[in-house]
Amino acid sequence: MDIPQELDEKITEAISHYPVSKRSAVLPVLHLLQHHFGYITEEGVTWTAEKLGLEPINVLEVVTFYPGFRQKAPGKYHIRVCRTLSCAMSGSYELMEKLCELADIDRDTVTHHDPIAVSKDGKFSIEFAECLACCGFGPVCLVNDDFHEKVSAESAKDLLAQYS
Amino acid sequence: MGDITYKAGREPHPREKRLIFRNVDREGWDTSIDCAMKDGGYEQAKKALTLEPKAITDEVKTSGLRGRGGAGFPTGVKWGFIPPTNTKPVYLICNADESEPGTFKDRYILHQDPHQLIEGMIISCYAVGAKLAYIYVREEFPEAAKILEKAIGEAHEKGFLGKDIQGSGFDLEIYVHRGAGAYICGEETGLIESLEGKRPYPRIKPPYFPAALGLYMSPTIVNNVETLCHVKHIMEMGGEEYAKLGTPRNTGTRILCVSGDVQQPGYYEVEVGKLTFGELVNDVCGGLKSGRKLKAVIPGGSSAKVLRADERFKIKKGDDEVEIGVEDIPMDFDTLMACGSMAGSGGVIVMDDSRSMTWVLNNINNFYAHESCGQCTPCREGSLWMKKITDRVVSGGGTPSDIDTLAGVAKNIDGRTICAFGEACSWPTSSFVAKFRDELVASTTEENAGKATTPEAAAQRRYLKAEPVA
Ligand SMILES: Cc1cc2nc3c(=O)[nH]c(=O)nc-3n(C[C@H](O)[C@H](O)[C@H](O)COP(=O)(O)O)c2cc1C
Ligand code: SF4
Ligand code: FES
Repeated sequence: MDIPQELDEKITEAISHYPVSKRSAVLPVLHLLQHHFGYITEEGVTWTAEKLGLEPINVLEVVTFYPGFRQKAPGKYHIRVCRTLSCAMSGSYELMEKLCELADIDRDTVTHHDPIAVSKDGKFSIEFAECLACCGFGPVCLVNDDFHEKVSAESAKDLLAQYS
Repeated sequence: MGDITYKAGREPHPREKRLIFRNVDREGWDTSIDCAMKDGGYEQAKKALTLEPKAITDEVKTSGLRGRGGAGFPTGVKWGFIPPTNTKPVYLICNADESEPGTFKDRYILHQDPHQLIEGMIISCYAVGAKLAYIYVREEFPEAAKILEKAIGEAHEKGFLGKDIQGSGFDLEIYVHRGAGAYICGEETGLIESLEGKRPYPRIKPPYFPAALGLYMSPTIVNNVETLCHVKHIMEMGGEEYAKLGTPRNTGTRILCVSGDVQQPGYYEVEVGKLTFGELVNDVCGGLKSGRKLKAVIPGGSSAKVLRADERFKIKKGDDEVEIGVEDIPMDFDTLMACGSMAGSGGVIVMDDSRSMTWVLNNINNFYAHESCGQCTPCREGSLWMKKITDRVVSGGGTPSDIDTLAGVAKNIDGRTICAFGEACSWPTSSFVAKFRDELVASTTEENAGKATTPEAAAQRRYLKAEPVA
């Protein structure tokens, strides 16, 4: 696995935030790896374990538990649409449908263990997220690290246009 | 402070009392430390560092401050649970996991006023003797994590963090720790496990409070973002003065997050208990959507029991017992509890008569089935069963007896689990069944009763008379 120097420095810095137990750095290290590589590979798991003096299973169990870690490549732009009550009441399921239609994404492949669907051209991927803590201004979604509120099915096209 | 102006269209409602949200949507306000310090930022931290730690805890006790994360537990009392004979290091964790459906208040503090939180944390850490603190931010707030990291750096530069803060001899480091998208990380012992680098499996109680045994098996104080911000204002006003805000036993202000079927959903900071639910909806939020009638409200995040619009409640007023309706309920901890629900995290979800309660319950059940951590069988299996049953009912395959089954499953979770998620996931179902039974039953059909609900079940019944799949 090729870890560029800049990433390595960030990882060392992250580990230093946990003077009592290196194990605490599992989540931050995984975040940094995922941010750089797009998802967590098998190699990423063993590398993290070695770095923190853990067994690989200690890292893998974390990767498989948290919805925030992915084991497959997302699209260039990864969209997370809130599906929880307040957003659903303001039309988030309709938004999801529209986004899939516009970005040519087939969500029939989605299962509990593989919640992400990727567009045919690999540009967009999408999944439902649970309440994103902006319930008064739904439907809301995240595109990579950008937050968007009041995205209706009608404005879905404009949203995607920002990421072309 | 009459000199504050707010961004056009974002002005606070006249019924609001802005303490914590004073700088939210404020004109000319930014997240830099210079901006905060020009406005009196860090003065309370400086003052606190000249006092005895115990004096601060006493002020917080006097203020009557109750936690804003969900349980409403008195903050000063919680701080007092650190064993007096303790020799281990003490930690403080700010719970910025904000993920209870319907709740959206911590988001604005983190994004717009990070120095208020850091100042509150410095004061609180000094009071409880913590030299290392973490802010556990949910992963879906990437921007907030960046803002906080920058703010922490600035506070370091100005000598409010690090070694020997402002010459007081007190050392403190605060780090940001990002979660990874799991609701259960909001539960304080799950949060601690997550911070230790593990799956966020909540810990078995007792000990009931991490203040006795928490992070790295040391005494740990876990408080919500809003709670820690209140500490700064208690320092400023004094506990007694602060306690004059709000109502007795329900002091101070709190941020109500209103979503759902109202004209102006949003965040409103009000004195606790000074506003009834009716005033909140009709005055502050501009009323219901035109031509619609109130059907139900979930008053404190999706885990709180639903209230039906035409319910009547008997509550104590002084020495008398009075009967009130939903619109008359003052939005405070004790009254909502007396009405059989809870003030929880301040997330108020309003539903009008256009909503199907079966659909609403199904949406909520989906959330809990997805978020159960899976340690306890009643919660892991039960939350999924409740989801599957309501899935079936909304798709037209339900039978009347499903509704009783739902209530039975919920009853068998409540009180039989490691953490309060068990109650959180069963209360929606038990309260919806209790209060909207007729509607739920009406969305099922008698004729489905004898039908197989899956193709597999239909196949297994091949020796019976041929029958269609529901
Ligand atoms: C399932 C579950 C989820 C919770 N989620 C949160 C949360 O997102 N944010 C929060 O501050 N508290 C949450 N809590 C409450 C915390 O366990 C804890 O009581 C709280 O952070 C204490 O802070 P306070 O005393 O300042 O309210 C949750 C509790 C449970 C049982
Ligand atoms: S009640 Fe549910 S969420 Fe809590 S520990 Fe048990 S299985 Fe996990
Ligand atoms: S329900 Fe979508 S942000 Fe809360």
